Amino acid sequence: MSAPAQRRIIFQHIDEPGYTNDIACYLKHGGYEVLKKAVTRKPEELIDEVKKSGLRGRGGAGFPCGVKWGLVDRKSGKPIYLIVNADESEPGTFKDRYIMYQDPHQLIEGTMISCFANNVKQAYIYIRGEMAEGARILEKAIAEARAANFVGPNVLGTGYSCEIYVHRGAGAYICGEETGLIESLEGKRANPRIKPPYFPAVLGLYQCPTIVNNVETLCHVKYIVEHGGEAYTKVGTPNNTGTRIFCVSGHVQRPGYYEFEAGKITMGQLLYDVCGGPLPGRTFKAVIPGGSSAKVMKFGERYKGKRKIGADMVDYDWGVEDVPMDFDCLAMVGTMGGSGGVIVMDDTVNMVEALANINAFYSHESCGQCTPCREGSLWMKKITTRMVHGEARPEDAALLKSVADQIPGRTICAFGEACSWPTQSFIAKFGDEFKTYHETKKTVVEKTRELV
Amino acid sequence: MNLKPETLKRIDEVITHYPVKRSATLPLLHLIQEDAGYISEEAVEWVAKKLELEPINVLEVVTFYPMFKRKPIGRRHIKVCRTLSCALVGGYKTCETFEKEFHTHAGPGEVSPDGEVTVEFVECLASCGTAPVVLIDETLHEKVDCAKAKQLSDRIKAEAAARKS
Ligand SMILES: Cc1cc2nc3c(=O)[nH]c(=O)nc-3n(C[C@H](O)[C@H](O)[C@H](O)COP(=O)(O)O)c2cc1C
Ligand code: SF4
Ligand code: FES
Repeated sequence: MSAPAQRRIIFQHIDEPGYTNDIACYLKHGGYEVLKKAVTRKPEELIDEVKKSGLRGRGGAGFPCGVKWGLVDRKSGKPIYLIVNADESEPGTFKDRYIMYQDPHQLIEGTMISCFANNVKQAYIYIRGEMAEGARILEKAIAEARAANFVGPNVLGTGYSCEIYVHRGAGAYICGEETGLIESLEGKRANPRIKPPYFPAVLGLYQCPTIVNNVETLCHVKYIVEHGGEAYTKVGTPNNTGTRIFCVSGHVQRPGYYEFEAGKITMGQLLYDVCGGPLPGRTFKAVIPGGSSAKVMKFGERYKGKRKIGADMVDYDWGVEDVPMDFDCLAMVGTMGGSGGVIVMDDTVNMVEALANINAFYSHESCGQCTPCREGSLWMKKITTRMVHGEARPEDAALLKSVADQIPGRTICAFGEACSWPTQSFIAKFGDEFKTYHETKKTVVEKTRELV
Repeated sequence: MNLKPETLKRIDEVITHYPVKRSATLPLLHLIQEDAGYISEEAVEWVAKKLELEPINVLEVVTFYPMFKRKPIGRRHIKVCRTLSCALVGGYKTCETFEKEFHTHAGPGEVSPDGEVTVEFVECLASCGTAPVVLIDETLHEKVDCAKAKQLSDRIKAEAAARKS
């Protein structure tokens, strides 16, 4: 079966010739019409639309957005803050970048609608430090929107006021974790906070109730308010509503971003039909489906079980190629949809070397508060680096697994899980490659090792 | 501190973005680094005073975030992505090319002998679909294979030569 057509909701104008990131262009394409209508409605109605839509967060965890908004403490009398998570740092993920650089007003409109719905008077866009140009584009766009009375005091004459400021990070991945982000926005080291009690919805920025949403999530909110929550559920599949943007990188003919209805395309269709398959003369070996912390999938393995379709329980028996690309199916096969970053590796890749590359990332990015995470990520890096550049031993596979197994569940934030999943899944699925690496090494020339 | 009037103006403006002054720590450090090139001891104390903090509150931030530099770096800052998607399609070779072209080693604080560049191997720059990618100062360069790395290096060298003559 060939792949369905792309459904460009969020990326409608990305890379469209002649489409520019100024407000005139946005207005010409119907920009801010949704905000104009939204501010004439009751905020609770807007929240209901989002609840009805089933929208799940696009930052990684897939948490239902309406539920998140429902958890916000509205009785405390404290101001409610909204933070746009524009830290985009999960390796393999590159979607928010295009929205901010090419269509910043879409994000600003989505943000303002979300702020109005939640009675937020102050929003911050936390953008990763390396995107200095992106920060300038957003600042210019906000200034344009303010001049047109879409942002700032007395929005569109309604008496409702809300400011948006851009806040730049400074090169630390952990600022993507929402409580680390909040600490960073408070001017401190981005050490994540322990939950409970520090759920952002109750004790967030300045100990006030705070909503943290991903850039793409807020763009979906705009679409939902425009078309209605009910209509949105018709896009995608039940419990995986709307579209997903897949960021494909690594060993395919046509890497890039592709937007499809969630669950309507399989991994095989995405990699073969859409991305053109493997490079000439090569075959696919492994794929990481949702950012580098998602557990790896091995071509050739089978996933079997029962799943719910409508009211029935149906058997499934899938290869990697058959797995529908949505949160639930990827979770069923033991990995996750995460942030939509699909990293493809072909038969030229040695899995020890690929893992060494990933481990170097996590070791560099641990904030260092929790001993299991700080020491565990460091040792996983040290072991895999030694295997590649020093001496490799058959017992390294077991050693790596024992280190990885001691991290999850013992840390303050989900980075603990994120850094152990690659090692756990690589060893589980490619264990032989780790056990025999000391032999493999003898036959490879040093200069072909390029991953670490 | 010898900051440009424009920087001082922007510093005062950005502090107004937050109900709590301390939140302006990162923005102030960015502004000072853009102006002065790095964050000196004096800058740490200046920011602390400006935001009514202890110097340690600012120093701990400077040492946590990789983008803040405590010593001057090269005139141009070349950041090559090291992470998996870029590495899979030659990121390590790209980095090596820059190292060779400028006779330097990739490291957070190293400056090439001519003072022209600092080459740094950084983590995922969120453009993995156009790998390997390189950020030179604030501009992203995509699909930078060795040939393109050489071209970019030549351009930097030519600009340096033009400046000196
Ligand atoms: C280690 C770590 C890194 C994260 N990085 C990001 C990120 O770069 N961007 C992002 O939107 N969410 C990131 N998240 C998820 C956020 O914590 C949070 O769940 C998300 O911003 C919520 O927005 P959403 O519900 O709209 O997805 C990260 C989480 C963890 C544990
Ligand atoms: S799990 Fe790791 S990143 Fe998260 S708080 Fe602990 S040390 Fe920091
Ligand atoms: S891995 Fe290089 S940009 Fe993401």
